Amino acid sequence: MELRRRIVDSFNGKWMLISLIILFILPLVIGTGLYLKSIPLLEHHSLRQLVFSTNWAPSRSSFGFWSFISGSLYVTLISFLLSLPFCLFAAIYLTQFSSRFLLRIMHPVIDILSGLPSVIYGVWGILIVVPFIGDYLAPALGTTSTGYSVLAGGSVLAVMCIPYSLNMLIEIFRTVPCGLREASLSLGATSWEAVKHVVIRGNYPGIIAAFGLGIAKAFGETIAVMMVVGNVVSNSFNPLDPAYPLPALIANNYGEMLSIPLYDSALMFAALVLFIIIVIINLIFRFLIHKTRKK
Amino acid sequence: MSILLQEIRKQPIETSSITVTKNLTPVLRMENLHVYADHLHILNDVNLLIPRNQITVLLGPSGCGKTTLLKCINKLTDLYKELKVSGRIFIDDKDILNTSKNVPDIRRKMGLLSQRPYPLPLSIFKNVAYGIKLKGVRDKKLLAFNVEKHLREVGLWEEVKNRLNEPASCLSIGQQQRLCLARGLAVKPTIILADEPTSALDPKSSNIIERSFGELKKNYTIILVTHSLRQAMRMADYVVFMSEGSIVEQGLPEILFNRPETAQLRDYLKEGC
Repeated sequence: MELRRRIVDSFNGKWMLISLIILFILPLVIGTGLYLKSIPLLEHHSLRQLVFSTNWAPSRSSFGFWSFISGSLYVTLISFLLSLPFCLFAAIYLTQFSSRFLLRIMHPVIDILSGLPSVIYGVWGILIVVPFIGDYLAPALGTTSTGYSVLAGGSVLAVMCIPYSLNMLIEIFRTVPCGLREASLSLGATSWEAVKHVVIRGNYPGIIAAFGLGIAKAFGETIAVMMVVGNVVSNSFNPLDPAYPLPALIANNYGEMLSIPLYDSALMFAALVLFIIIVIINLIFRFLIHKTRKK
Repeated sequence: MSILLQEIRKQPIETSSITVTKNLTPVLRMENLHVYADHLHILNDVNLLIPRNQITVLLGPSGCGKTTLLKCINKLTDLYKELKVSGRIFIDDKDILNTSKNVPDIRRKMGLLSQRPYPLPLSIFKNVAYGIKLKGVRDKKLLAFNVEKHLREVGLWEEVKNRLNEPASCLSIGQQQRLCLARGLAVKPTIILADEPTSALDPKSSNIIERSFGELKKNYTIILVTHSLRQAMRMADYVVFMSEGSIVEQGLPEILFNRPETAQLRDYLKEGC
């Protein structure tokens, strides 16, 4: 018995360490693999030209990724702007003003939203969002659009990311002690002032982390965005125009047209860029959390 | 002993009813106060007068409704949708319970000190200035003057004057509680609601708070919730003993503690000493 306990204890201790090492090494292995696969492209083109050129013509060996990078950033930005007010205010309402019963109902609803496969969001986007933009919103703004656009991609992404950020915000806001809000109210604050000064201001790091998670998720989302964003290389800043985000480029083309020289390597480079941008986004959010915590 | 309390002393102590005297000028009056939470009757027909510029101690075992009574007074019960409150609470003859107008102004009349300190996630200076700023004061000199005045009032100024811009959370628990008291005083309340304010503090910090209350009652009316009999004996000018949501006995401490009329209070005194 004693021996068995010692073996279990030793095994668990070692397994915890091994799991940690694997988790630590995994991103390094992925990043290194993508870099190695991108080397053929990097040998023929400068990094600056690849990242900042908008000229995309693989058959003429012209690989400028800026349109894809900006497309990804633009769709992510729109999804962030659309999801932010919904997430923040829904989380505030659910934790500070609503009855516990409503929160109990909303928890499974949010879980269902986060568990839906992204292809369902894509179909919903094609059936509802794209026609709405093409048939109603664009004409109302005095312009035309097929509906397959940055705005459609951003809207679908916003709905997809809301459950992630919302769940985290709810957990953060629930930790605000009642006494803190009561203290603010008893000093003459209105309900909103108490929320602003206690719930929001006191939780900047958590709020930033919640939206950081949402943005990272949005940036890498592929299928749903690919279905509604139009997948046309464009440098327009009109949200009613189509775009071609990086994940869509990789998903649409990997395994095809590999007869074109360096195309395989170019797609691996696109994945590497995606990987690095996600790392940068995470680092920026870590930095912001660190800065706000210090205050 | 003040004229007010001499007047109270002349009257027989009635249980669960308003002790009305001709010359009594109570700052706060409760009539037929009931609080329900689902099927629980948390407060049952509470009738109470709070004398001005005295320390009224709400005494009773845990869970007897003392904190709920305090939260009714500054309408914090509004935050809890499961609570149903009925009855009337008058401050200067205005019913504050059955109104939804100017609630922040009503709450501002009462400084709240909780069981454990809740400094706002701001600097020491901004914590004290918070309530003043909410009133619309923006003048920096006036803010600084008031912050210093109220920090001195609670004996904290010398300890924090060189680190006013540090987060309030850096202070010790005892200092945080005094900061919260200063923050409450800064909005110029007439009543201080103290809900077991020393229960989380060390003896030294507790003594400082108790001494502050002794000084503050010259200018403020203090309602102190406690389940510490010793603290009640030390501080009370008027005692309200509660049990299971009702007021069991109320009156002057020397009478209540020496000649308890009910078995509940007798038992409580026996266990508490």
